[in-house]
Amino acid sequence: MKVAYWPGCVSRGFTPELHGSMELVAPRVGLELAELDRANCCGAGVIAEHNQELADTLNARTFAMAQATDGAELMMNICSTCQGAQSECQERLDASSEYREMINENLAPENLKYEKGVTNKNFLWVLVEDIGIEKVQSLVKRPLTGLRIAPFYGCYIIRPTDRLGYKEFPHRDEYLEQVITAVGAEAVPYSGSHKCCGFPVITMNKKTSLTQAGRHLGDAIDAGADALVTPCPLCHLNLDLQQPEAQKFVDRDLGIPVLHFPQLVGLALGFEPKELGMGKHVVSTGEVAEKVALMAANA
Amino acid sequence: MPKYTLNIRRFSPETGKPAYFETFDIEMEGHRPVLDAILEARNDQDGSIGIRCSCQAAICGSCGVRINGNPALACNTLLRDAVATAEDGVTIDIEPMGNMPVIKDLIVDMDAVHWKKVDRVVPWLVPAGDPPEREYVVPHEAMVDVTQSMACIHCGVCVSDCLSMEADPEFIGPAASAKAYRFVGDPRDSATKDRLVHLANDPSGIYDCTHCFKCVEVCPKGVAPMNQIMRLRRRATGDYAIKDHNNGYRHEKAFVSIIEKWGTLHEAKLLPDSYGEGILGKLNPDAQKNLIGSLPTALRGLASGKVTIPKVLHHHRLPDIDKIKDIYEKVEGRPERIELNLYIVGDEAEMIDDEPTAPEVVAAAPTEGEGA
Repeated sequence: MKVAYWPGCVSRGFTPELHGSMELVAPRVGLELAELDRANCCGAGVIAEHNQELADTLNARTFAMAQATDGAELMMNICSTCQGAQSECQERLDASSEYREMINENLAPENLKYEKGVTNKNFLWVLVEDIGIEKVQSLVKRPLTGLRIAPFYGCYIIRPTDRLGYKEFPHRDEYLEQVITAVGAEAVPYSGSHKCCGFPVITMNKKTSLTQAGRHLGDAIDAGADALVTPCPLCHLNLDLQQPEAQKFVDRDLGIPVLHFPQLVGLALGFEPKELGMGKHVVSTGEVAEKVALMAANA
Repeated sequence: MPKYTLNIRRFSPETGKPAYFETFDIEMEGHRPVLDAILEARNDQDGSIGIRCSCQAAICGSCGVRINGNPALACNTLLRDAVATAEDGVTIDIEPMGNMPVIKDLIVDMDAVHWKKVDRVVPWLVPAGDPPEREYVVPHEAMVDVTQSMACIHCGVCVSDCLSMEADPEFIGPAASAKAYRFVGDPRDSATKDRLVHLANDPSGIYDCTHCFKCVEVCPKGVAPMNQIMRLRRRATGDYAIKDHNNGYRHEKAFVSIIEKWGTLHEAKLLPDSYGEGILGKLNPDAQKNLIGSLPTALRGLASGKVTIPKVLHHHRLPDIDKIKDIYEKVEGRPERIELNLYIVGDEAEMIDDEPTAPEVVAAAPTEGEGA
């Protein structure tokens, strides 16, 4: 299946291992990525906060490019925040033909036009809904047996449900658990899985931001998780890059690795931790890599 | 008659005993609300169950509780819907709302948290000068703009599960913020700038909201409090250029400018520019403190290979960056901001008469210095 692929800014910036692991995993699960390399930032909600029309125009531009991609069945992202920010703009664009026409006038100089109803899905949704859990199970080369993984969704992919297609797909907030189980690992329940990582206020209120991150990490550790997994690179920044700082706000030692969603899938498909960029994390993924190495030896 | 099991969290501080759960079996039709089942348990099985309620029609906002972990009004949650979200498919968990102290069973102390926060936003109109001889005359569109925040019934459901408040109990919160917008958006109010200055500079004010959408998801009246917080920010930065002490103004400005210049996010620039504008801004003591405080994180990023020196110094510009600049010029050059408020206009696909939905033009507020 060919998809118009929007990797987002952070996956090519401070979390390059995310974009890299997605590129490795895609062909194995039957995805052809047509990268939207002329598309712009989704605005992460900040541009919409500044000026709604500007955010809607910028994202309509990306949607129009996706719709103009030859043979692409849908648009795919690998960032919960892109999913949420883009879905918010799409909701307005699709609700009013008059408004859409006005936004399209902003795009006319580039000969771009957004037609109502683009399908824009996070890789997590594509994997479960379009590729299928059974197919994923059949592709597993290294069942991650014994690995205890705590899911962390990121707000923008789970709320608000009416905007994010939960009417049609009511179990989207359980997909991480489904995939974790499908690849042979154990999904660890804990209170933070559907909460906020705190990233959006890291420059404005570090205490609020890192208290949130620290508590969820601590809860996952207390629940016995070996690692967290997230489909959002911004959550990854607060949970991994900021984890040593977060310790100070919750007054406890943390030290739990945080995997990007394609990395988890990649490990089960047989890729080595190093290939998946797991050496580029702030919190060492060494123990996970050691466990995975033993699984390979036992396979 | 269908049977339901309510698993109610009980707590009476005067007993000195810890909270516990108690189950009550109820026979009732599934289209009846959870509140009816709680009241029947109280009437027929245990008269000591504490629940606050009045109108039983989602108007008074008294019966907020957590049903299977999610905050909602007990009077407009049907038993058949509640049981559908039960973990075991049978037992409906009913607990008091969160983020507020429990007085007894399902009754929380709204005064200690919710109403205190509402008081912080001066929840009344501050008119300019003496009232007119007859009624105030206000443009229809201006009042339509505040309709959504006026729909709030102060049930506290959004406060219950606000994730920022969970980390910072001082956070002004979703309900009080929506109340603040109700007056900030009212053309009769003369304290708009003062209100925004306070909310922007309060360390637990509008810039303490993490965008988690929880309040949008749970509000039983469609108020979308987070959207009202974003509007408060838009007014504070765009209309009044309030340079707050929380980096809210600078963060927004830095983000928006970076996308205009590069098309995608230059992360290494966002953080320092959010702390201080230009070189002089970065020499400001507050900016210095923040920058120095961020150094260990930056060094860890470099050490891990996530961040590289070339990436810090250079960011790839989109090939069509001129087109992005043209979009900025056109949109930002408009005399008035254009906003489409779906709460008011709805989705045209769902409209009976299929009338096109006109975008709402939000009148530009006074420029800096004119609003006080």
